[in-house]
Amino acid sequence: MFLNHIWLIPLFPAFGAAIMFFFGRRLQKTTVNAVCVGAVVVAFLFACLAVVQYTHFAHGTGQPFEKIVYTWLGSGDSGMSFVKKDGNAAQFNADWGFLLDPLSAIWLLFVTGVGMLIHIYSTGYMAHEGGYYRFFGYLNLFMFAMLTLVLANNYILLFVGWEGVGLCSYLLIGFYFHRKSASDAANKAFIVNRIGDAGFILGALTLVWYLGSFRFTDINPLLRSGHYLNGDPILTIAAILLFIGATGKSAQLPLYVWLPDAMEGPTPVSALIHAATMVTAGVYMVARSNAVFVLAPTAMKVVAIIGALTAIFAASIGLVQNDIKRVLAYSTVSQLGYMFLALGVGAFTAGVFHVFTHAFFKALLFLGSGSVIHAMSGEQDMKFMGDLRGRISTTYKTMLVGMLAIAGIPPLAGFFSKDEILWQAFRSANGTFPYLWLIGFVTALMTAFYMGRLIFLTFFGQPRMSHDVEHHIHESPKSMTGPLVILAICSVFAGFLSVPHSLGGSETFAKFLAPVFEKGPAVAQAEEPAQLAAGEKEKEEPTQPIEYGLMALSVLAAIVGLGLAYRSYARAGKGYAEPIEATAPPLYNALFHKWYVDEGYDYVFTGRRKLGDVRLGVMGAGEASSWFDAHVIDGAVNGAGWSTKAAGIFSSWWDKWIIDGIGVNGPAILARMLSYPARLFEWGLVQWYALVMTVSLIGFAVYYVWK
Amino acid sequence: MEPIATIHYLVVAAALFVLGVVGVLTRRNVVIILMSIELILNAVNLNLVAFSRMWGTLHGQVFSIFIVVDAAAEAAVGLGILIAFFRNKETINVDEIDLLKW
Repeated sequence: MFLNHIWLIPLFPAFGAAIMFFFGRRLQKTTVNAVCVGAVVVAFLFACLAVVQYTHFAHGTGQPFEKIVYTWLGSGDSGMSFVKKDGNAAQFNADWGFLLDPLSAIWLLFVTGVGMLIHIYSTGYMAHEGGYYRFFGYLNLFMFAMLTLVLANNYILLFVGWEGVGLCSYLLIGFYFHRKSASDAANKAFIVNRIGDAGFILGALTLVWYLGSFRFTDINPLLRSGHYLNGDPILTIAAILLFIGATGKSAQLPLYVWLPDAMEGPTPVSALIHAATMVTAGVYMVARSNAVFVLAPTAMKVVAIIGALTAIFAASIGLVQNDIKRVLAYSTVSQLGYMFLALGVGAFTAGVFHVFTHAFFKALLFLGSGSVIHAMSGEQDMKFMGDLRGRISTTYKTMLVGMLAIAGIPPLAGFFSKDEILWQAFRSANGTFPYLWLIGFVTALMTAFYMGRLIFLTFFGQPRMSHDVEHHIHESPKSMTGPLVILAICSVFAGFLSVPHSLGGSETFAKFLAPVFEKGPAVAQAEEPAQLAAGEKEKEEPTQPIEYGLMALSVLAAIVGLGLAYRSYARAGKGYAEPIEATAPPLYNALFHKWYVDEGYDYVFTGRRKLGDVRLGVMGAGEASSWFDAHVIDGAVNGAGWSTKAAGIFSSWWDKWIIDGIGVNGPAILARMLSYPARLFEWGLVQWYALVMTVSLIGFAVYYVWK
Repeated sequence: MEPIATIHYLVVAAALFVLGVVGVLTRRNVVIILMSIELILNAVNLNLVAFSRMWGTLHGQVFSIFIVVDAAAEAAVGLGILIAFFRNKETINVDEIDLLKW
C-alpha cells in the first residue's frame, strides 16, 4: 500500500510549501512548525514503510519497483516520435514516474531522515529570525524537489528535481537577501549550477538519441544486453556530459566555486543542502547512470581524476580558513571528491556508502557549528573562539564525534566508508603506481588536520572572544541539541552497516546495493583479463595483508594529522600562529586566498577584473569585438559613405566646369567668335537690304547682257 | 509725227519702274514705300500690256490681271504689317525699324 502510493512522498513537503506560499504570512510559528516539520516527519515515516514493503517485494533481487502515475510528455502514439541514431523511430516519452530500487531507497531514507532532523533543528535555530514561514516554505520546497530527483524513473523528471533543488538553493542561500554578499552568493550558485545543467541536458539528449528512451528501466537492460561495446564513443561523450552536470551540482573542479560562498545562507541550509542532500544529487545521478559509465572507461577515468584532484585541492584550502563554516564547506567539496573518486574507479557501492555516512557526520558538523555560532552570538571566525568545551558541552561532545568520524578513526562510520574507497582506488591501479590512492591518502591526512584544527581552535585553548560575547555563551535549546545527539549516534553506528569481509563483516549495505550495479556481458568480458592478471579472480585471501596494511596506514595518517593539529592549536591563545604561515608564507597566502581561483574566473570569464585597461577572457573578447565593430567595421561603412560623397563632389565639379564649360559652351563661344565679321553687316535697315538687292540684280542683268 | 510704237510704252514703263525703285530705296515714310512698290508693279503691268498689243495675243493681259490681284493682296498685307509695326513703335519712319541687327 505504501509502495503503491510512493508518489505521495514528495507531495507531503510540497503541500507544506504550498500552505506556506498561500497562508504562511498569517500563521503562528507553532502552526508553521506543525505543517512543515510535520510534513517531513510524515514523509520519513512513509518512506520507511515503503522501503520495508520494497524489501518484501524484491526479495533481495534488487528488482526495481516502478510506478508511472502520468505520462507527461508524449503519451502513447501522439506525435512525439523522433529518429534514433540507428535510424529507427522512437517515442519521446517522459513520465511522472517513480522508481524504487536499492539505490533510491537508500537516498530516500537518508534524505527524509536527515531532512527531518534538520527541520526540527531549524525550529530552534530560526526562532528569533524574521521570515520564519518563508524559510520553512523554501525548505519544504527543497525536500519536494530532492525527493522528486531521487525517486524519478527517467532523466527528464530527474532534471525537474535537479533544477528544483538548484532553485531552492538560490532561494535559501539568498535568504538574507538584504545583504549584498548573500544575494551575490545566491546568484553565483545558480549560475554556476546552470553551466553544469547544460552538460546534463546534452548528456541526457545524447542518450535518448542513441538509445531511444529516457527511462532507467529501458536504458539499463539495453546497455547490459551486450549489444553495446566497451569504449563506445557516443556513450563516452554522453557520460562525460552527464558528469559535467554532476560537476556543477556536486561542486567538483572547476565548478565548485559556488559552495564556499553558499555559506552566506543560514546554517541549517548549509547542513541540509550543501552537506547532506543537494550536493549528493550529482553522485546519485552518476550512480544511477552506472550502466553508461561502465561502458565508457575513459569517462570513468575522467571522473576518478577530477574527484581525486578536487579532494586534495579543496582540502588544501580548508587547512587555513578561519570561518568555521568555510572550513566545513571545503571539507564537503573534498569529501564529494572522494565519492566521485570511488565511482570513477568502479567502486560504486563504496561511493554510495560514503555518501550515506558523510550525510550523517557532515550534517552533524554543520548543525554543531550552527550551535556554536548561536552560542557565540553570531561570531563565525575561529580566531575569536576558544575554550568552549566546558561551556557548551553537548555541542562539544557531538562535534567531537563528528570530527572523529570524518577523520576516519575506527570504529566510527567515516573509517569504514573512506577506507573502502582508498582500498578500491589502490586496487584499481592494477600494477601501475597508485596515484589516485596516494592523492586520497594525503587528503585523508589533511582532512584529519583541518578538522582537528577546527575542533581545537573552537573548543580548546584560551578564550579569545570579547567579554560581551563571553558572557552570553549558552548551550542551545533541546530542539537543536536533540538532532545533534541523534546524528552523533548515527555517525558512530552507521559504519557497521558495511564492515568489509577482511574485518569479518558481512557487507550488508554493499550486498543490498549490488544488483543496481551489475555489469553486462561486454564489461565482464573486458574485465576478465585484467582480473586474471592480478590473480584476483578466485582468491581473496592473499590480498588481505595489503588491505590491512592500507587500513593501518589510513588510521596512522588520521592520528598524525590530529596530533599535528593538537600541537599547533590546542593551547592557542589570543595571538596564535598558523604553522603554515610560519614555515611558508607564500604557500599560506595562496591557500588563504583559495588559490586565487575566484580572481582567475573574474579575469577570464566574468570580466569583472581587468588587466590594466584590457578585459580578458570571454568578456574581453566581447569587448574587443564591439571595439572592432564600432571602429573597423563601422569605420569602413562610414568611409564608404564619405568616399561616395567625395566622388559626388568631384563628379559635380567635373560636370560643371569640364563637361559644361569646355564641352558645351566651348563650341558656342567658338561659333560666336567666328561669326563676328559676318554680323557686322546686319544693320536692320530694310532700305539698305533693298538697295543691295537692286544693285545685285542690275549686276546680274548687265552680266548676262554683256555675255 | 510717227505713230506710237511699242517702244514708247516700254520707255514710259521703264521710267515709272525706276521712279518706283528710287522711291523704295530712298523714302523714309513706310506708306510712301508701299506706294512706290505699287508704282513698280504698275510699270510691269504696262510693259506686259504693251507686249500683248505687239504680239496680238492675250497672254500679256491675262498675266497683268494676275499681277493686279497680287498687288492688291500685297498692299493689304503690307498695310497690315505697317499697322502692327506702328502699334509697337509709334513711328512710321523706316530708319527706326532696326531691331534685327546684331
